[in-house]
Amino acid sequence: MQCIVLIKQVPDTKNITAKAMRDDGTVNRAALPAIFNPDDLCALELALRVRDQYGGSVRVISMGPLRALEILRDALSRGADEAVLLSDKRFAAADTLATSYSLSEAVKKIGNYDLIFCGRQAIDGDTAQVGPQVAEKLNIPQATYAQEIWKENGKVFVRREVEGGYEVLALKTPALITVTGGYVLPRPRSARRTIRFRNVTAKPEIEARWKKENPDMPAEELDKKVEAEASRCKQAGLLIDVWSVDDIGADIKRTGLVGSPTRVWRVENVTLHTGESKKIEPTEDGIHALVEELIHDHVLG
Amino acid sequence: MPNFYKDNPDMEFSLHSIDWSEIIRLKENNFSEAGIFGDAPASVEEAMLNYADILNLAGEIAGEYIAPRSASVDEEGPVLKDGVVHYAEGTVSAIRELSQADLMGMPLPRKYDGLNAPTFVCNLAIEMVSQADAGLMTIFGLQEIAETINLFANDNQKDRYLPKFSSGEVTGAMVLTEPDAGSDLQAIALRAVEDKESGLFTLNGVKRFISNGCGQVLLVLARSEPNRAGAAGLSLFLCESGPTVRIRRLEKKLGIKSSPTCEMQFLDTTAELVGKRRRGLTHYVMSLMNGARLAVAAQAVGIAQAAYTAALSFANAREQFGKPIREFPAVRDMLVEMKTQIEAARALNMETCRTVDMDKLLEHELEKGILQGDALKETKDRRALYKRFAAMLTPMSKLFATEMCQKVTHDAIQVHGGSGYMKDYPVERYYRDAKITNIYEGTSQLQVVAAIGGITSGTYKTYIQELEQSLPANVDEDLLQLIRKHVELQEETLAYYINQEEEAYRDLYARDMVDLCADLIVSYIYLRISVKNDRKKILASRFIRRAMPQIRMKSARIMSEERSVIDAFDQIVA
Repeated sequence: MQCIVLIKQVPDTKNITAKAMRDDGTVNRAALPAIFNPDDLCALELALRVRDQYGGSVRVISMGPLRALEILRDALSRGADEAVLLSDKRFAAADTLATSYSLSEAVKKIGNYDLIFCGRQAIDGDTAQVGPQVAEKLNIPQATYAQEIWKENGKVFVRREVEGGYEVLALKTPALITVTGGYVLPRPRSARRTIRFRNVTAKPEIEARWKKENPDMPAEELDKKVEAEASRCKQAGLLIDVWSVDDIGADIKRTGLVGSPTRVWRVENVTLHTGESKKIEPTEDGIHALVEELIHDHVLG
Repeated sequence: MPNFYKDNPDMEFSLHSIDWSEIIRLKENNFSEAGIFGDAPASVEEAMLNYADILNLAGEIAGEYIAPRSASVDEEGPVLKDGVVHYAEGTVSAIRELSQADLMGMPLPRKYDGLNAPTFVCNLAIEMVSQADAGLMTIFGLQEIAETINLFANDNQKDRYLPKFSSGEVTGAMVLTEPDAGSDLQAIALRAVEDKESGLFTLNGVKRFISNGCGQVLLVLARSEPNRAGAAGLSLFLCESGPTVRIRRLEKKLGIKSSPTCEMQFLDTTAELVGKRRRGLTHYVMSLMNGARLAVAAQAVGIAQAAYTAALSFANAREQFGKPIREFPAVRDMLVEMKTQIEAARALNMETCRTVDMDKLLEHELEKGILQGDALKETKDRRALYKRFAAMLTPMSKLFATEMCQKVTHDAIQVHGGSGYMKDYPVERYYRDAKITNIYEGTSQLQVVAAIGGITSGTYKTYIQELEQSLPANVDEDLLQLIRKHVELQEETLAYYINQEEEAYRDLYARDMVDLCADLIVSYIYLRISVKNDRKKILASRFIRRAMPQIRMKSARIMSEERSVIDAFDQIVA
């Protein structure tokens, strides 16, 4: 099974601070640590299990700034076979429509695939739209909220979470599935691969380093040095390909901010106060009063 | 996300507390594998980065995967059903995850899919895994079993078994103890009879208290020479689990409940000889045991670290008399003492690892047979020296760390008060888990027997001189003088001790002697690392100033001539 996993680097919204949101209602990514989106990690795990059990390969794609190389390194350390980064100013500030367009064009460029795995949703935007939109743009079937995937008599089955239980779907491949976190525990990184891929890099990263260390080097010479180092890394299997808008042949009117019709209309600040507290006496009566209050407030039942 | 490496700054400190460059060069055979294996380093610096990566990963798995399940694993434990041992679910997961992370073959060479990690790296990893689940140590921490195969088995045996250890496909057991041969392994009776034609042996007999005896690859100590009593009649064998190896019972234990402790019966089990006949106990098991002792020392530090962490977090949260109990001097005293002793034991472990690695690696250099002339002589001399250092420090480390662990887990409950006595908090488990550490792989009393020889033979004195020379120039002069004064006292005491003609008197005070010497060694090590930062300086000063009165006390006791245990045992005990 040839698998592709779409992964995203997200600000760690579990450790949120007051500076996390800008006034215009967008997330200030610089203020928070960047992590592997948790659902995407589970998507990667399912893809790796499919490969380990049925053979094939796992390729991961992420779209983002160069910093997103971190999660691609992480994915390689956990066992992904190949990684690609979509990085270009013209991809930036994309909404779900532009993102899914760009990702689907990258998938088309890779071509040969049986299954595409996405996390159900990213913890920054929480839209859960990108996976389904990619499936629509590729015109392939999709199964959302997946927990488990397996093959039986040549058919692919997916167990998906539904309210109050689960259902099992048979899927025609190629297909896309979005994976719900919390059902599978992502495997840890491998020590050997972590060490090996610690130095995995990408051409823009090599270029930036050469420029910083040699500010006076003529552009032509610099290009040569960068090219030479990049090809050395490539040979050693330590180069992540970075694709631009042109590399995937995308229509620049449909990518990035230009391709994003979504605008933040209004931002409402909801501040939750924790000032109020109520002391419940540790007696039968105290507990009864608490339970009744919770039922009354529809917290219980 | 909890990470036992990142969350505890002393781990990274310990990794960098000693200059490992010679060990790394020897271990990496001058970086001959760089470029051949993707994870082989090309320099000392790169090797250190690799070790940090490995330990960071071990810390992540310990903190994030293993620790959250340890309470349920303790509750559930392994089960024996129809002769088959089933691990608790959490144990199965832990073995899978550690295997996925390539951590099940840490000390093994890369050609057997290992990480070629030196002892000090393995030691810190064992510590963190034990911090998460002490019982898992008998599976993860006893990678010494694979290491023993690597050191003494033939190439064919290594090729067959070692990659399976690395991948986690098999786990092992060291099958030594018998009902009538515990501390006294020379009394082992399990029979091994050679089949002259095949060269294989048949094992028959019973073993008891075997940690992870349900493992698939078993190293069995057995009597191959029926007419020879004692150690000289014992050889080491390698066999696989199967229908001829019956697990008769799982022990119900006080602690480390996740670890299956098996009683086993061998019924015509086919086994292969490891190395040479009659060297089983004297060479191979001694080496295996020393490795295991150092691993137990790491386990003890890990359990103590877990107990300390729990005690500190409780002391921060629990309020009495209107303030967190960490504000009370009596509680602070316990917390500071725990921390001082844990870091002392960890530092001693690192130092012991250094001597163990030097011993092993110089031996390996000599075995290559390339060295000649002065270089050969020098290497031989150094190896002999480190062999003596390692033989003294290994039991000392185990003694120091495992006794420290008793006290720390005890005080961790004390900090919790009544809550700590309840199952609602993890400290009662740490307290139960701690107890095995100063029993198995040789009780504390036996560690004393193993360490005292080095003290009376002069190894200790040579080692103290090496410690003196290893001190940086800028150590605190007052503390150094204080230690030196007590070194003199030790020499005086030792002279008195050696002069006692009566063996019973020397045996009686051996424990005080070893404790005294260990305190001096740890004082030197603390002083050596105290120049690295102000915090360590404070801890070193605290440790040294509090250890010196203990040393004087032990010295006075040794020279007290109080001998009622010898003279009046029957009257007292009656």
